[in-house]
Amino acid sequence: MKYAGGRVVRNPSARPFEFMAPTTNQIALNAPDTAGRWKGMRRGHHWRPFEWLVEKGILLVSLSAILMILLIFLFVGREALPVFLDGLNTANAQKVIPVEDMDKHSAAELQAYLGLTPQEYAKMDAQTRHTVMEIKLEELEGASQDKDTQVNTASWRYMLFPYQWTGYSTPVYIWQPVSDIQKYNIVPLVIGSLKATLVALLFSVPLSLGAAIYVSQLAQSRMREWLKPGIELLAGIPSVVLGFFALIVLASVLQAVFHYQSRLNAFVAGIALGLTTIPVIFTIAEDALTSVPRSYTQAALALGSSKWQAAWKIVLPAAIPGVFAAVVLGFGRAIGETMVVLMSSGNASIVSWHIFDSTRTLTATIAAETAEAVQGGAHYRILFMLGTLLFVVTFVSNLVAGLVITRLKWKLGGKR
Amino acid sequence: MVMAAGLASLETSHAGNITVTGSDTLVVLAQKWAEVYMSKHPEVKIQVSGGGSGVGFAALQKQSTDIADASRSIKPAEKISCVKAFGKVPTEYKVALDGLSVYVNDSNPVKELTEEQLADIFTGKVTSWKEVGGKDLPITVYSRENSSGSYEFFKEHVLKGKDFLASAQTMPGTAAVVQSIASDPKGIGYGGAAYGGGVKALGVKKDANSKAIQPSEQTVLDHTYPIWRYLYNYVNPDLDKGDVAAYLKWIRSDEGQKVAKEFYYPLPEDLRTK
Repeated sequence: MKYAGGRVVRNPSARPFEFMAPTTNQIALNAPDTAGRWKGMRRGHHWRPFEWLVEKGILLVSLSAILMILLIFLFVGREALPVFLDGLNTANAQKVIPVEDMDKHSAAELQAYLGLTPQEYAKMDAQTRHTVMEIKLEELEGASQDKDTQVNTASWRYMLFPYQWTGYSTPVYIWQPVSDIQKYNIVPLVIGSLKATLVALLFSVPLSLGAAIYVSQLAQSRMREWLKPGIELLAGIPSVVLGFFALIVLASVLQAVFHYQSRLNAFVAGIALGLTTIPVIFTIAEDALTSVPRSYTQAALALGSSKWQAAWKIVLPAAIPGVFAAVVLGFGRAIGETMVVLMSSGNASIVSWHIFDSTRTLTATIAAETAEAVQGGAHYRILFMLGTLLFVVTFVSNLVAGLVITRLKWKLGGKR
Repeated sequence: MVMAAGLASLETSHAGNITVTGSDTLVVLAQKWAEVYMSKHPEVKIQVSGGGSGVGFAALQKQSTDIADASRSIKPAEKISCVKAFGKVPTEYKVALDGLSVYVNDSNPVKELTEEQLADIFTGKVTSWKEVGGKDLPITVYSRENSSGSYEFFKEHVLKGKDFLASAQTMPGTAAVVQSIASDPKGIGYGGAAYGGGVKALGVKKDANSKAIQPSEQTVLDHTYPIWRYLYNYVNPDLDKGDVAAYLKWIRSDEGQKVAKEFYYPLPEDLRTK
């Protein structure tokens, strides 16, 4: 009997039935040297087409889940593509064409002036075109005379860097898309998301890690039985209920304690967000701590350490990769949470790292503004770009967490 | 999901079915109108939903609604979208009057402000109540989300196109604005006249020498209160017949305006249908 990379490989000249004898090692069920007995629909000596069908069905279902993620990303990305390819232009450099001069311009010029595709233009009769010319005149005459109308506010320079708009005394980061001059700076939103997430993590990580250490290492088993499900019950609270609780109760309580100016701010939103991330971090960290082999704890206790010393100095360092993955997943959850921040953060788009200031997050912006954004317009596309950004950030953070968890399992399982 | 979509499209094309969507300011009144009208005409079914004035116009353009409610007039770009979609400019009907009240907390000693002071407060030039005759406290500004018709109206007519200050807290609805101000003595905000409780409305004066006008039915009707607006219904001219036209006429009749009186201010006599 040869031992080759963990598989039992029987003498190939042995009789055909012998490979089916159970051993404690893994039996290579699909080994090529069993003369095709497990290929296709065959399972050993029998054809089992139903099993094959079920296997393929499960494969299809799992592939469809991956396909759906890809399709979501493709759809969101497609709507946001013009932003990345610098295809948006909100500059209003059009000169007015009086309605009477309509016949003096070619069809192509009129199409560009009115913003119509050739098909749409061809579909209209003369009367309709006349009406559209009049409306366009009304639009251009009512437009602002501000110098900033000549600026393409949807370009990356204005989306990322400060600019001194008319009426402001210094260059500032302004997100105010519904305006004569549409302002699309995303810096306040990114900072808002990061601020709320940071507060949430600062609040929830110590609490959930403490709970995880207690539940997995220090608690009596009877206490563990109701404590663990009890904390995980927090995950069952709908986020809108938490947001409502934060808006009505938490904000008033915290204002009475801290006496800050804005009743709804990043601090309130962060605490409420922390309540949503506690179950996420707790569950995964607790699993990581429990997966550390009991022999570590037993060896430490045998050598005279207390339960706490064993937990803090032996088990926690061994479980650090899993704990890190838990925190990263908590980060992903917190940054993608919408309802809680929409209701409790005050939604003021300011650039400030002070936690008692109102803040506006990416998620709340998308939720609040998409309904009114004109489909296909610059505002609409930039909102989708924000969605893509969130998707990428959450996806990457979940991927990192997943990779770290896999590596942890390998390390503890002995695999290199 | 395909079945649901099929059923949904069946619903809108069924005779006697009217879809109304659009302004959140109007949605409560629109629902009351629908209720009263359906009790008088049981063969007609009216579905009302909100989402914002912009949502209403988008639905009108996509032809997924019969009537679009709006708390602001249609923009030229939206008119062009409608012409692109169904070849005509939507017909506009004024259905009620609204005065945007400026609310402060009951405990605030300030009772009236000029339009210029209001603009300065909401654009961030004035940051302390002391500068407008109140206590020495910083001003907390409550505004609406930019998807709101009230937001756009206030920006255009009171701020004269200038931006709101960046640190204005944006709330999802007038009720939220009023509730926040009721628990914040330093707060100031604006909202429709339908939701006033626990706060008081400021008198607004055109300049320092005029009389301060409080929003009321009389002052909004004769336009002496400066922050007033019409509330609109827009409809595709091709659909403006039969049940839809009858409903629209009823809204602007004395009966419909009696219902409007409960939430906003009714239309003056010359704009009503007989």
